[in-house]
Amino acid sequence: MPLYYDDDQAMLADTAGQFMAEEGSIKNQLRHWRDRDCKDGFGHALWQQFAEMGFAGMLVDEDDGGLGMGQVEANIVLEQIGRNLTPSPFMSSSVLAATALKHGSNDVKGRWLPGLVSGEKVYGVAIDEGAKHRPERIGCRAEKSGNGFKLSGRKDFVLYGASSEMIVVAARTSGSDSDTDGVTLFAVPQDAAGMSHDSVRLVDSSMASHVTFDNVELDGDAVIGEVDGGRAVLDAMLVAGRVGSAAEGVGVAGGAMDMTVDYLKQRKQFGKVIGEFQALQHRAAHLYSEVEIARAVTVKAAQLVDGGSERADLMASVAKAKVAKVAGLAVREGVQMHGGIGMTDEYDIGLYMKRDRALQEFLGDQYYHAGRVAELSGY
Amino acid sequence: MSDSDLQAFRAETRAWLEANCPPEMRQPVKDEDDIYWGGRNATFKNDAQKAWFDACVEKGYTVPAWPKEYGGAGLTPAQAKVLREEMAAIKARPPLSSFGIWMLGPALLHFGTEGQKQRFLNEIARGEIRWCQGYSEPGSGSDLVSLQTYGEDKGDHWVVNGQKVWTSYADKADWIFCLVRTDKDNKYQGITFMLYDMASEGVATKPILLISGNSPFCETFFDDVKVPKSYGEDVPAQVGEVNRGWDVAKYLLGHEREMISGADGGNTGTIGAALTRSNGEIDPVLRAELAQFDVDALAYGAMGEKFLDEVKVGKAHPAQPNMMKYAGTELNKRRHELMMAAGGSTALEWTSEETDGGKPARNWLRTKANSIEGGTSEVMLNVISKRILELPGA
Repeated sequence: MPLYYDDDQAMLADTAGQFMAEEGSIKNQLRHWRDRDCKDGFGHALWQQFAEMGFAGMLVDEDDGGLGMGQVEANIVLEQIGRNLTPSPFMSSSVLAATALKHGSNDVKGRWLPGLVSGEKVYGVAIDEGAKHRPERIGCRAEKSGNGFKLSGRKDFVLYGASSEMIVVAARTSGSDSDTDGVTLFAVPQDAAGMSHDSVRLVDSSMASHVTFDNVELDGDAVIGEVDGGRAVLDAMLVAGRVGSAAEGVGVAGGAMDMTVDYLKQRKQFGKVIGEFQALQHRAAHLYSEVEIARAVTVKAAQLVDGGSERADLMASVAKAKVAKVAGLAVREGVQMHGGIGMTDEYDIGLYMKRDRALQEFLGDQYYHAGRVAELSGY
Repeated sequence: MSDSDLQAFRAETRAWLEANCPPEMRQPVKDEDDIYWGGRNATFKNDAQKAWFDACVEKGYTVPAWPKEYGGAGLTPAQAKVLREEMAAIKARPPLSSFGIWMLGPALLHFGTEGQKQRFLNEIARGEIRWCQGYSEPGSGSDLVSLQTYGEDKGDHWVVNGQKVWTSYADKADWIFCLVRTDKDNKYQGITFMLYDMASEGVATKPILLISGNSPFCETFFDDVKVPKSYGEDVPAQVGEVNRGWDVAKYLLGHEREMISGADGGNTGTIGAALTRSNGEIDPVLRAELAQFDVDALAYGAMGEKFLDEVKVGKAHPAQPNMMKYAGTELNKRRHELMMAAGGSTALEWTSEETDGGKPARNWLRTKANSIEGGTSEVMLNVISKRILELPGA
């Protein structure tokens, strides 16, 4: 399969690009909600529009009311989200939770998918425990209790957790913390007794919560997939989320780079446009080259995910690590080349830097993923 | 072409390779004479090399994508890709390597007259003439257009005087395609892309000893070399028009940059695994560097694939080869720095059997030229700035 978009995908990119640049723009969404200190951190009206465009349920099978699309298509939307810094629960609901629910029973699907597809509901996922992403270790415990389970422990970095009608929780049902087996995924409803959110605004104005589970009683219907066999589903979620957040990072990098190159063509010092200075030209050209490579490996990884390739896991980590390096470079160079005004809140370039920082940590930073590349390659 | 046609072609190709590519030609290239360059004075290292070469000439597979009438097999881009994949799968060596195939051929296909194509392309495809490229001069490296080698117009011929440098294998080449100034008053439109015989009176070559200990490049001197303006009907000595050779040169530099970039996916594996296997315990900080390198290398591999896919359908930016060349060569230099670091004192050995005569160190040194030859990294960044980012005054 060639590494460029086919006609349908190119059309989707146009549609998503236009939609996000208008409805999802920095002014209309990120700044709007941030300046109003919105506790959700995103606009529900925009989420409704995501549903009307078909984006909310794009990964959901057609039989379940979705569009039955793949990672390449989700990535197209995510790149535009990244480029416009559009706050939305798309990643947590439409990519991560949707991937988990794909593996659920018909009852589980019937209970949760319609609300996702229609945009009435927002879902979160709770994977991380501690400040760094280490999903190999799951310590949050769900003990058997009657026909159901009792869930106890703590999860961190649960994006838009307090606004979510349901949270997919990765918990341990047997074995010790670092075991591969013995993990089970649960769909925990918002009103579950014993679940509490400590909701915090992050550097990029998004909202995330520390979630505490204190003997939360869950019936057997809350299980997504097999008891003790949740690792495979969790891995599928992680691959989709990592490749997806790579695409979002490509959008952040591309947006920051374009804004910076435009600025180089306008700002005058020493009687000329600063873009004439070779010291800046070479840095901009190097950045361009890196962004192109980051985009290419992200498309490649998405195609491998859709094709069910054995290399998808490796290339997901390559893409996540590469994009993290490149997006980090793009926002740092962006702020530096903007000079003093790059430090002001009035200019958007600083918002890209903040978003990139949050995205770096999401589902594993570049060091974690470079380490994974080494491990998966056998060293 | 439909998928099923392509599948049939793949099956045919596999069978043909099985029948025609001798086992010896499926071994990695170890020595310089494992590469067959063709030419008037060429000799085959062994029967297998000759058999493989002859079979490919017969089939048009020395230049598979060229039209049949010029010695190729007339393969479509998709078929050519299948052939490359199938050859890679059995590790088949290229039957013929030459600057005629990589450089002059594409220029002639684009700019040549029918007569030039008939004669020169067929000679290249059959490995009869070995070509070299006369571009750089002692005073014209990155600023190539300032070149001074001069061809004085003498009616039916030119008289060429001057000096070229970094002429790859000039001492072994039969003919040269050479940039010669034919109008001193016109910088860009005063250069002619000339073809002439290296056996002409007044041509001299002198190999340059490099830090790697090898001498793949020469200084080349032209002292009153008489170049006829025509080699027969419809076979002029220049490619394109007189004084418009810069257009041809620019077109070819694009090709050269693409080639040096390794965009064909030659360098896309991980090195960390291989190096840790051969060197035992590796320092954790070095391991981290290797992992970072492998991330970049695997990502660049995807870029190479995307670039070739886009070139095939005309979607790639015309200046994109500059970006590929820049990123690819810088990556290759890093690769060899890490290989030296992992190899430790063994990699320093210049003559030992264990290092096959100092391969690691010689290869490491060789890569330093990657970001100089065919346009330096700095020139690549200038071109990206100007033509892709459209920054002013670059």
